[in-house]
Amino acid sequence: MSIREIPAAAVTDAVEALCIEANTSLPVDVKAALDAAEAAEPWPLAKETLGLLQQNLCVAKEKNLPICQDTGMACVFIELGQDVHIDGDLNAAVNEGVRRGYEKAYLRKSITADPLQRVNTGDNTPAFLTVHLVPGSGCKITVAPKGAGSENMSRLAMLKPADGVEGVKKFVLDTVEQAGANPCPPIVLGIGIGGSFDHCAALAKKALLRPLDTPNADPYYAALEKELLDAINATGFGPQGFGGATTCLGVAIEQKPTHVACLPVAVNISCHVTRRASREL
Amino acid sequence: MQYKLNTPLSKQDLAPLQAGDTVLLSGVVYTARDAAHARMMELLDKGEPLPFPIEGAAIYYVGPTPERPGCAIGAAGPTTSGRMDAYTPRLLDLGLACMIGKGKRTEAVKQSVVKNGAVYLAAIGGAGALMAGSVQSCEIIAWPDLGCEAVRKLVVKDFPLTVLLDTYGGDLYQSGPAAYLASRGTQL
Repeated sequence: MSIREIPAAAVTDAVEALCIEANTSLPVDVKAALDAAEAAEPWPLAKETLGLLQQNLCVAKEKNLPICQDTGMACVFIELGQDVHIDGDLNAAVNEGVRRGYEKAYLRKSITADPLQRVNTGDNTPAFLTVHLVPGSGCKITVAPKGAGSENMSRLAMLKPADGVEGVKKFVLDTVEQAGANPCPPIVLGIGIGGSFDHCAALAKKALLRPLDTPNADPYYAALEKELLDAINATGFGPQGFGGATTCLGVAIEQKPTHVACLPVAVNISCHVTRRASREL
Repeated sequence: MQYKLNTPLSKQDLAPLQAGDTVLLSGVVYTARDAAHARMMELLDKGEPLPFPIEGAAIYYVGPTPERPGCAIGAAGPTTSGRMDAYTPRLLDLGLACMIGKGKRTEAVKQSVVKNGAVYLAAIGGAGALMAGSVQSCEIIAWPDLGCEAVRKLVVKDFPLTVLLDTYGGDLYQSGPAAYLASRGTQL
């Protein structure tokens, strides 16, 4: 078997470009969801507010500005083929890509070096890097900048197995209710169910990477996604929490096996600026 | 109802505003968020002056992206106001007239808004590029070491805002969804 060599510099170049792309243009599926919501919104103030969000996307494009001033923490995901060797330091290569992308495109540097001593690192590093080893010789890089307004309203609970699906639904809806207007609705929800404490949180984040027009492959979970989406939109919070039908653009659930005594559920909230950009090396 | 207002703001300017009204705000607006608020509290504790006159002032909770050459400011949408709740009543008691941000406030802030005849206005969260269009100039006036959290003096023209909390206790986050649900024949 041959090993494919990928120079670390290629990773840096890709991460740099993806940081800029993700922060300045919305993924096609998120834009389509926003278009559909605006067309269907019956409440005048809500329709007007959704129109302003659309206008913002146009201004960002015209003036070469980030869509949102919170250009986020650089969450980077790499699906790395087992038959690939990265020639160089992968972590350093990713950080260098973030450093260059955030500087070049005038993106905001929002990372503190220490959670309690709060000194800005000045270049938006370190990236938050997740590497998944997969069969083959591919290398797919995704950059998903994540803002704090929605990240801060995310929650995880270790439910009891007896709480069941009703307990999961209640926790999700309580989380959305507590979040209110803070995460800039219309929101997008990534939900992790199962696994261990840490894997559950990672599942919720992974769920946010799935295009909004792609339901869970398992019909049981696809139906649960739809049910939660309808329940959230029935709250009437509306865009920005000003009232209306459009509170949530999409719900994605990722599930995995768990312990007989566990029912972890994690809700990672994202906003109407749910950003991600990918490239295959 | 839409109002055109200029800073500094008097109680008379703010008295007609009701939750759900829109405002086009012009004049000087100061930016301050988490770290700047913490430092302002330290100054007050030491009896020293704040970096800007607080009486009648408008504070915008924002940390803009760096400006490109030739631009006044980068993307500049609001950050979550609730993180400033602990500091807010003290500033309102000193004459702060207007806060601009997004998201819920505590009961203590709501009561202080009513007591002091102030208002809390929403900028559109996540619409940073759009909001930047109303900013004519931007100058750092305190704590440049805080980067995006430094205190900036903005001059804005017709900055589009929506009243969230008014001087009578009105709260758009309650009345807005309730009005929508009522129109659909449902109650909260």
